[in-house]
Amino acid sequence: MAKDSQNGRSGLVLFILLFLGTAGGLLGGVGCYTFLYAKGISYLGDAPETCANCHVMQEYLDAWIKSSHKHVAVCNDCHTPHNFFGKYLVKATNGFHHSLAFTTGWFPDNIQIRASNQRVTEGACRHCHGDIVTQIDCFGHGPQALDCLRCHDTVGHLK
Amino acid sequence: MTLDSSASKKEARQGRGWLGILIVVGLIAFAAALGVTALLVNIFQRQQEARNPFMRVVEVTNETVDPAIWGMNFPMQYDQYKRTVDMERTRFGGSEALPHMPDADDPRDTVAGSKIERNPRLKRMWAGYSFAIDYREKRGHAYMLEDQSFTKRQQVQQYGNCMNCHASMFAVYNSLGNGDMQAGFEKVNTMTYQEARKLVEHPVSCLDCHDPDTMELRISRPAFKTGIRALKASQGIDDYDVDTMATRQEMRAFICAQCHVEYYFAPDESRRLTFPWYKGTRGDDIMAYYDEIGFTDWTQADTGAAMLKAQHPEFETWSQGTHAAAGVACADCHMPYMRKGALKISDHHVRSPMLNINNACQGCHRAPEEELRERVERIQDRSEEMVGQALDGLMEYIDSILAAKEAGVDEAILEEAYKCQRAATFLIDFVEAENSQGFHAPQESARILFRAMDYLRKGNVLLGRQTTAAALPEPKPAPAAEESVEDVEAAPELT
Repeated sequence: MAKDSQNGRSGLVLFILLFLGTAGGLLGGVGCYTFLYAKGISYLGDAPETCANCHVMQEYLDAWIKSSHKHVAVCNDCHTPHNFFGKYLVKATNGFHHSLAFTTGWFPDNIQIRASNQRVTEGACRHCHGDIVTQIDCFGHGPQALDCLRCHDTVGHLK
Repeated sequence: MTLDSSASKKEARQGRGWLGILIVVGLIAFAAALGVTALLVNIFQRQQEARNPFMRVVEVTNETVDPAIWGMNFPMQYDQYKRTVDMERTRFGGSEALPHMPDADDPRDTVAGSKIERNPRLKRMWAGYSFAIDYREKRGHAYMLEDQSFTKRQQVQQYGNCMNCHASMFAVYNSLGNGDMQAGFEKVNTMTYQEARKLVEHPVSCLDCHDPDTMELRISRPAFKTGIRALKASQGIDDYDVDTMATRQEMRAFICAQCHVEYYFAPDESRRLTFPWYKGTRGDDIMAYYDEIGFTDWTQADTGAAMLKAQHPEFETWSQGTHAAAGVACADCHMPYMRKGALKISDHHVRSPMLNINNACQGCHRAPEEELRERVERIQDRSEEMVGQALDGLMEYIDSILAAKEAGVDEAILEEAYKCQRAATFLIDFVEAENSQGFHAPQESARILFRAMDYLRKGNVLLGRQTTAAALPEPKPAPAAEESVEDVEAAPELT
């Protein structure tokens, strides 16, 4: 009797392990395929073509190619912070938001930058041009008061 | 025995626990796999869309009038086109669906708001003309034929030439003229409205703007070809041929300008629809042309003056504005590019940009939607104020003429006074009837209204109307300004 139930129990465990393995394997397989099909690995790097994996960004890439900053900055230089953790945190959150928006289609056709991303971009301007803008900032215009892109909106990509 | 049974119970409980976990894990894996696969399919679909801009499933030709057939090849554009049935107001225009009791003359159950009931000054301005009978807000393209067929203006005999803009005419002109559009056009001009109405079924359709083989934009109204040739000639460009000489961006305005313009019907038996651009497209240029050929639309019932009616000079007004100068065409704001999945199409739901600010404005203007709306409405507010004052001035002026007639003023002076009424009415109408409430070219509209006021001033001087300070009503001092008025008055006593 005890032996029987022992056998039954190990059979159940075996079945469950088998099931978990199959389910996990299937999910992992489809997931990996989707990730590769969507060129997921490229998102970890800096290549600007990556941003145009999503067709919505094609125009911005085209415009960047014609912009004055093409030779000195790629998308990530202006749109992610200049430190390792900040960079991948912003990549992850933007990646999530963009995937959600472009999959559902719930986004304005003329894409609007969010305030947090605008701050990142403003910081990027100052990262490279800080020496020049300190002379402007010392007149009392801090990063909050002046927005570089309000006047220099063509430097990166004007759609 | 008892030990044994409790152990087996425990085992059974454990077995049920494992089974629960199994079900939960199974469900999670099921949902996750479902979601990931759906995402995969979505990504696949977007990538496919980006490869195939459209699929041609039926043949469309120059005889394919029914837009539903074109819609099989261009389902997204067709869906948008059908949405012109929407009735939505902006702050200053557009249509609200007002209930209407269908009757023998007019089977519509909804109509747009009446502009002459809302603004009775218009009724008096047009007294004696059919626009004083019925004049309503415009509805979308879907209603262009229906609203034209059932307007009470039909109580006056209308002609086939109305059909040029209220129906799909490309195939009709072609078949009536055996391939010669001009000949077909001439035939429709001389028909009665009822005769011409029988030839048409659809409002503006795909083939009125697009070549079925290439989908290129094309001009389908002979009146525009003649008109634009005259306009270009006035600018020193001879033998302008719009079919071969217009750029794609120009066509994105010219297509609309085939109908959204000022026009008249030749007063001879040809009754030819003509665009009066021989001296230019500004309101006063057009009026100068009408004066030169001695054209008159109707006789004003109150005074008996020979009058002009402005239609809806959207193209003429736009061409004087800052957007035209920047190369922005009608379609850029009224049919802005939109995204459908991975495809970019132009929005065939033609409507006010105020109902679609993100697509229509924010492609160029990097400012928040609310700020852009306020900017537009600020311009429109001012235009409304100016038009209102001009109309008040016109109403008073009509009274002045009537008083002068009563007083037996010399006929020669009255004749001059009528000319001022005619000019002021046409110019005010030129701004009032234009579908943008002054937005298309704010300064030009203001200039036109200023000229209208100048005609009223000259007319009043002619008639010897009391315009001295004594005849003016007591000015109402603004509350905030009272103090400074006292200060000024007190000043002489101090010195």
